Amino acid sequence: MLQAEVEETIKRIQSQKGVQGIIIVNAEGIPIKSTLDNSSTVQYAGNVHQLLMKARGVVRDIDPQNDLTFLRVRSKKNEIMIAPGKEITDLD
Amino acid sequence: MEIVYVYTKKRSEFGRQCNFSDRPAELHVDILPDTSLAANFTVRDPCNVTVQCAKEMSEHEVNTERFESESRGVNHVEGGWPKDLNPEDMEATIRYRKKVEKDEHYQNTIMQIAGLMEHCCKQNNTTDIYQEFFEDEDEEVMEESEEQPSAKTINVFRSRYNRSCDCYAYLLVKQCMTTLLFNPLSAYWDTRKGSQPVEMSTIEHSHRDPVYKVIWLQSKTGTDIFSASTDGQVLWWDIRKMSEPTERLILDPSKKGNLDNALGAVSLEFETTMPTKFMVGTEQGLVVSCNRKAKTPAEKIVCTYSGHHGPIYALQRNPLFPKNFLTVADWTARIWSEDIKESSIMWTKYHMAHLLDGCWSPVRPSVFFTVKMDGTLDVWDILFKQNDPTLSLKVCDEALYSIRVQDNGRFLGCSSQLGTTTLMEISAGLCTLQKNEKALVSEMFERETKREKILEARHREMRLKERSRSEQSREDEGKEADGEESAAELVARAEREFFDIMEAEKKKEEKERDTVKDVLLLE
Repeated sequence: MLQAEVEETIKRIQSQKGVQGIIIVNAEGIPIKSTLDNSSTVQYAGNVHQLLMKARGVVRDIDPQNDLTFLRVRSKKNEIMIAPGKEITDLD
Repeated sequence: MEIVYVYTKKRSEFGRQCNFSDRPAELHVDILPDTSLAANFTVRDPCNVTVQCAKEMSEHEVNTERFESESRGVNHVEGGWPKDLNPEDMEATIRYRKKVEKDEHYQNTIMQIAGLMEHCCKQNNTTDIYQEFFEDEDEEVMEESEEQPSAKTINVFRSRYNRSCDCYAYLLVKQCMTTLLFNPLSAYWDTRKGSQPVEMSTIEHSHRDPVYKVIWLQSKTGTDIFSASTDGQVLWWDIRKMSEPTERLILDPSKKGNLDNALGAVSLEFETTMPTKFMVGTEQGLVVSCNRKAKTPAEKIVCTYSGHHGPIYALQRNPLFPKNFLTVADWTARIWSEDIKESSIMWTKYHMAHLLDGCWSPVRPSVFFTVKMDGTLDVWDILFKQNDPTLSLKVCDEALYSIRVQDNGRFLGCSSQLGTTTLMEISAGLCTLQKNEKALVSEMFERETKREKILEARHREMRLKERSRSEQSREDEGKEADGEESAAELVARAEREFFDIMEAEKKKEEKERDTVKDVLLLE
């Protein structure tokens, strides 16, 4: 059930004006879903992961109660928007 | 002394078992002390002994083997697939992905993030938050901001020869190069052929004094040069035949071709757009304008411009206004107009040091550069300031003898007495043509020329009036004792007046110094 919703959401975002592509990456850095070609996907996945970790570290360093909600990387040609998922802590 | 104790054993007894037995001690050697030896020693009193009531410790040094570490970046090409999965295997990866997608946690997270993402996308689409304002107006703002004029040194070349050199080398465009050293011969070098002169002129036909300037002429053959020297001659040569000059001109202001009367030439000026005219700057401070095409030597010298007190080291026409030229001599630099022969139209104040060379900027008609004996380089912009140089830089401690500007007006080289050449870059404001600059400069030159013309006319009027008045008075009074003072008396009177003025100035200065001292004491 939820899966259909997920698909629909992704499609909706993709159809927004100006969106070039979507990549969903899991915690291990594996791109789960992508609308771009494989090589670009892998490039983005690898680089963004490291950047995200760093940014998150910065935010939490300054205020441990704080957390990163969104990251926008603006470049001359386009903009990369990164939304980090919540971190899971295994209590078991 | 050898102490020896001998054991003997029979051969037949070798190998027999040992029978141990007790025996009392036997004294074998007894060495008694020899008191005479004590004479070789002295008693030491006191003895120094160090004693410590602490734990004895020892120190050891250990160096482990060096561990080489290196920082490297890693480029991930593939994600972190689980161990058992082969990333090459397409099916396995797809299966794994599908599995992840089914995970509930994954789905919840995606829903959350997607909401955020959509919000930002819509934000982007509504307004361009990265819009550049004031993009078109940038240019105007830039023009108004006044850049401080500056020049910075890029490179300094030191010459092997410890004498002043004319820095033609860097800024030369032609392949061949004629150089004149302080010897009367003119030699011509070809930079392609090496460092020895290709041809030299013969002594009989050359100048008699050092040659101060050589210029290439514009001609069909491209092989004509002309040279000027302090012996008063200007010689034309064809470099293919250096044994004799093709033409000769003697700088005699009385136009008689008399070599003894001739003025020594120190600089030459030739503009390729006006091939028949050229100008010579002399040792005596006159600028002589000549016509090359005249039939008789007398007609060759067209006119002279006077006004300087010393040899004219630099003479150059303004590249954009050829009717005006710049001369650098003694302690001033002057700008002249060709039409006004009595005096220059504009001049700088008298400096503390001699000015030794100068040139116009090839891009801006209102900018020129001068170098002084105290090692300063002055940049003048007559549209900006006429009394002082716009920029004054101390390049080195010794005198700067020569300056040349590159054709784009951005780089200039100046060389000093010790043979050091400094290459400098000037700020953009000084080498880009401003709007209206040409019009303003031409206006300025015209205005000054008009002023000089009016002054000249006035002087002429006054002189005529004086002459007519003096003629009248001479008729009236008839013979009169020598009213005019002789030259010697004039000189004596001038000296007296000069020293009087000096004394007055000195007294004034002393008075001022005293008042300053009083003020300081009071404080």
